[in-house]
Amino acid sequence: MSTLESAQVPLADSVPSSAPVLPVTTARTTPRHSALVRITHWITTLCFFALLITGGEIVVSHPRFYWGETGTILTKPLFKIPIPSSRSLVPTGYGYVLPDQNGWSRALHFQSAWIAVLTGLLYGIYGVFSGHFRKDLLPSKTDLSWRSFSAALRHHMLFKRPDEEEAWSYNLPQRITYLFVVFVLFPLVIWTGLAMSPGFVSAFPATVTLLGGRQSARTLHFFISIALLLFLFVHVGMVCFAGFRSRMRAMITGRISPGTEGQ
Amino acid sequence: MTDISRRKLITTGLAAAAGVSGLGVAAHLAKKYGLVPPDHGGLYGLGETLTYASQRLLTRHSFAREFSRSQISERPLPNEIAPLSDAFKRLQAGNFADWRLTVDGMVDRPTAFSIDRLKSYPSRSQITELACEEGWSYVAEWNGVPLSHVLDLVGAHPQATHVVYLSIEPDWWESMDMADALHPQTFLTYGMNGNDLPVGNGGPVRIRLPRQLGYKNVKFITHLTVTNDLKKFGKGLGSASPEGGYAWYAGI
Repeated sequence: MSTLESAQVPLADSVPSSAPVLPVTTARTTPRHSALVRITHWITTLCFFALLITGGEIVVSHPRFYWGETGTILTKPLFKIPIPSSRSLVPTGYGYVLPDQNGWSRALHFQSAWIAVLTGLLYGIYGVFSGHFRKDLLPSKTDLSWRSFSAALRHHMLFKRPDEEEAWSYNLPQRITYLFVVFVLFPLVIWTGLAMSPGFVSAFPATVTLLGGRQSARTLHFFISIALLLFLFVHVGMVCFAGFRSRMRAMITGRISPGTEGQ
Repeated sequence: MTDISRRKLITTGLAAAAGVSGLGVAAHLAKKYGLVPPDHGGLYGLGETLTYASQRLLTRHSFAREFSRSQISERPLPNEIAPLSDAFKRLQAGNFADWRLTVDGMVDRPTAFSIDRLKSYPSRSQITELACEEGWSYVAEWNGVPLSHVLDLVGAHPQATHVVYLSIEPDWWESMDMADALHPQTFLTYGMNGNDLPVGNGGPVRIRLPRQLGYKNVKFITHLTVTNDLKKFGKGLGSASPEGGYAWYAGI
């Protein structure tokens, strides 16, 4: 990517963009990411940050986690987070109580959750009917052999920079990771969140009983959020590694590089 | 202008018009069927309204989970409250004999009930979980009289939409819609695990609303007002919670 891109910048000034100098990129007429994928990606990003910050704020009001149905400061926690709390109820060992931020945190948490879920639904419907899941995310049959999988993994683990063609599609570890995030982590974080709603579980009690109780749901919600946060770190790290400017450009404008017309 | 862009413009315009009128129709229907919470305005009104409306559609007749006796928490947490007022302490000194629960508003017979009188009505119990918005929760057996029984006794008007309930402690009041007020699990609770309800858990009488979080289960209830206009109370947001930044509806 880097050699081609740097070679292309001076060329773009003097040579018309249709010049056959860059056969790989000029042949493309469709954007790298469709407009719907780009828009839902950034709405989800905004919601995710809002959910993360407000979720953290809510944890601060009771930084203890339990397993099973119930748990209070009078029962033994599964684990505690060694931070001060926003409630004097919780014995933290710190001599002070943080200001209560739960009101707006809860409101923003649920509003962001609504927007994220509706955005996710739109993305899911689009992904099925446009072939986005099948073409872009599901590994091809040849990719699924052990040899190509181990080769892809080795390539990945050795931190080899992706080649030009890879800017146009996802490699195997990428596909598996995105599938896991879209079809496992996001559904689980929604499920465990809903399992904490006394109103929702009154209509669908299995939502919480299957998880082993309200406190188990809360603890699982916390761990799945941590898993999503870890994904975010790796995701942003890989974007930087593969070429921050070109990858960001592709997800914002749909174009791989400034010289190639996406649409 | 090319054909394609004109067609695109027309379709986009039609879609936008359909979207706006669809939202208008949805808002009208939501109001008509009581799916709009009193704190629907403001920055987070969208989320509050979506949550309340969707839960009312799903949960109007649903029941909070009930547990077996073996699942009752050994130590039901008497969570902290601000130091109790002198008014409370005076009544506590008299063993709550002079405690009165006044019911007024859109009722045929405004009445003041003593605790003993509440206890004389058919008693019900439920083993349900009290869950705080902070994250903790416990299960207890709650004994009391269903709120619907008391509303029947005073002759609540069928046009009423909400019941406002107030604590003896200042600035502590909430309200609930009739779906909750008439729900069989909504209690005026005076007992816990077979004994009188301890003061730490809200005694002598507490609203029990197990399909909503702890903060809707107001302690030390002295006053109920049946109404069809929440705008007349406080800042018109339905309860003290939205005035302090918390949601009026706490089914989530």
